[in-house]
Amino acid sequence: MNFFHRFASPREFFRIAGYTVPWLGGATLILIVVGLYLGLFVAPADYQQGESYRIIFIHVPAAWMSLFVYMSMAGAAAVGLIWKIKLAHVIAMSSAPIGASFTLLALITGSLWGKPMWGTWWVWDARLTSELILLFLYLGIMALYAAFEERRSGQQAAGILAVVGVINIPIIHYSVQWWNTLHQGATVTKFSAPSIHLSMLIPLLIMAAAFMLFYAATVLARARWEVLDQERRSTWVNEYLEQL
Amino acid sequence: MENTESSVYSAFIAIFRRDLKLALRRRAELINPLAFFVIVVSLFPLGLSADPPTLLRIAPGVLWISALLATLLSLESIFRSDYEDGSLEQLALSHHPLPVIVMGKVAAHWCTTGLLLTLLSPALGVSLAMPMDKLGALVLTLIVGTPTLSLIGSIGVALTVGLRRGGILLALLILPLYIPILIFGASAVDMAIADLEVAGQLYLLTAMLVLSLTLAPFATAIALRVTLE
Repeated sequence: MNFFHRFASPREFFRIAGYTVPWLGGATLILIVVGLYLGLFVAPADYQQGESYRIIFIHVPAAWMSLFVYMSMAGAAAVGLIWKIKLAHVIAMSSAPIGASFTLLALITGSLWGKPMWGTWWVWDARLTSELILLFLYLGIMALYAAFEERRSGQQAAGILAVVGVINIPIIHYSVQWWNTLHQGATVTKFSAPSIHLSMLIPLLIMAAAFMLFYAATVLARARWEVLDQERRSTWVNEYLEQL
Repeated sequence: MENTESSVYSAFIAIFRRDLKLALRRRAELINPLAFFVIVVSLFPLGLSADPPTLLRIAPGVLWISALLATLLSLESIFRSDYEDGSLEQLALSHHPLPVIVMGKVAAHWCTTGLLLTLLSPALGVSLAMPMDKLGALVLTLIVGTPTLSLIGSIGVALTVGLRRGGILLALLILPLYIPILIFGASAVDMAIADLEVAGQLYLLTAMLVLSLTLAPFATAIALRVTLE
């Protein structure tokens, strides 16, 4: 707990995160190179989908991250609201644009994959639709945060919305799934092979780890500058800026 | 000391009656969402086709989406005027729990919008070629669904009422959260028209009502405290 309080002080956070970000960034780069090499050159082509299946090495980790980032954002927002920890709010609001980008990436890569596979850029498939609604939730949180002139109120308001969204995500997910089975039937060939070959699974997991580290690196980097801006009137920031 | 339970209840009743009275004094504001509802519904036959089978096919979705938008436009009235004249701040300072006050205001809002929309809906259903014996299902889904719309909407209004231009932002925040209610409400009416069982959707709509009834007033109260800070 002592460490936690120390770390949660803006100044310590700024210092420690400053050391961590380059390491996380470097690890991300290595894993992305390895994962893409294994995925694009080593893994065999799919017997049904040919080469175009390879987009899953981006698409699937991005879709996983879109939800993971939402959960971390809402978790951080809840911590900020309950224990009044400023840093938690900063982490939550720094996560929102990153999560929205992952969601957008998942939607775009899904649509690129859909064109050769389904013959259309977009279908109102259950998972595509819930991903789209997730993007709307992210956009709402970002817009609300941006609408407040005072940063603190914006963080709290957007944090409440993020927490409300968490309760709604499973409801939205299942209602969309139910709506989809009702309206469409199984017209689309879903990507649900009984098992995935190891040579495809390994690059997929490496890419997932790379995306996770990418999130960690970018959220800390964003939060650092946010903290610096937020604390711009304190002495340690002025000392830091003079050193530059 | 007075019995706490009865004092909480009387706070709810007092707020409910006050808001109801205020709403009834502003007749024009009371009628606006209803007029909006009627106009939006009548745009669809004009824009698509006046052919009865087509109208019947789109009727559940059109009625539900229009009711949803009419509710959305009326949401600001829950807190806007009280926020502007400072009485919201006084209410928040009172010793009564804020979620109870919120509940009273939302209940009054529903009585002056959702309930009236529901009462108006059979006439619009008929205009979209819905058979008479299916209007009951429409009324039933709206009466269970619209309170949830008011409850979830109150969270959004509480978050945006302090902003100068909260209107379009409110739609952006709230509409994604309305999607499950739209799905179950519209599909229940759709299935009723096809002579299928609608109990499942009604149960789910009721479950969402109970869930939002238990959680939304607390979220709204927390949001109001942030807005009033």
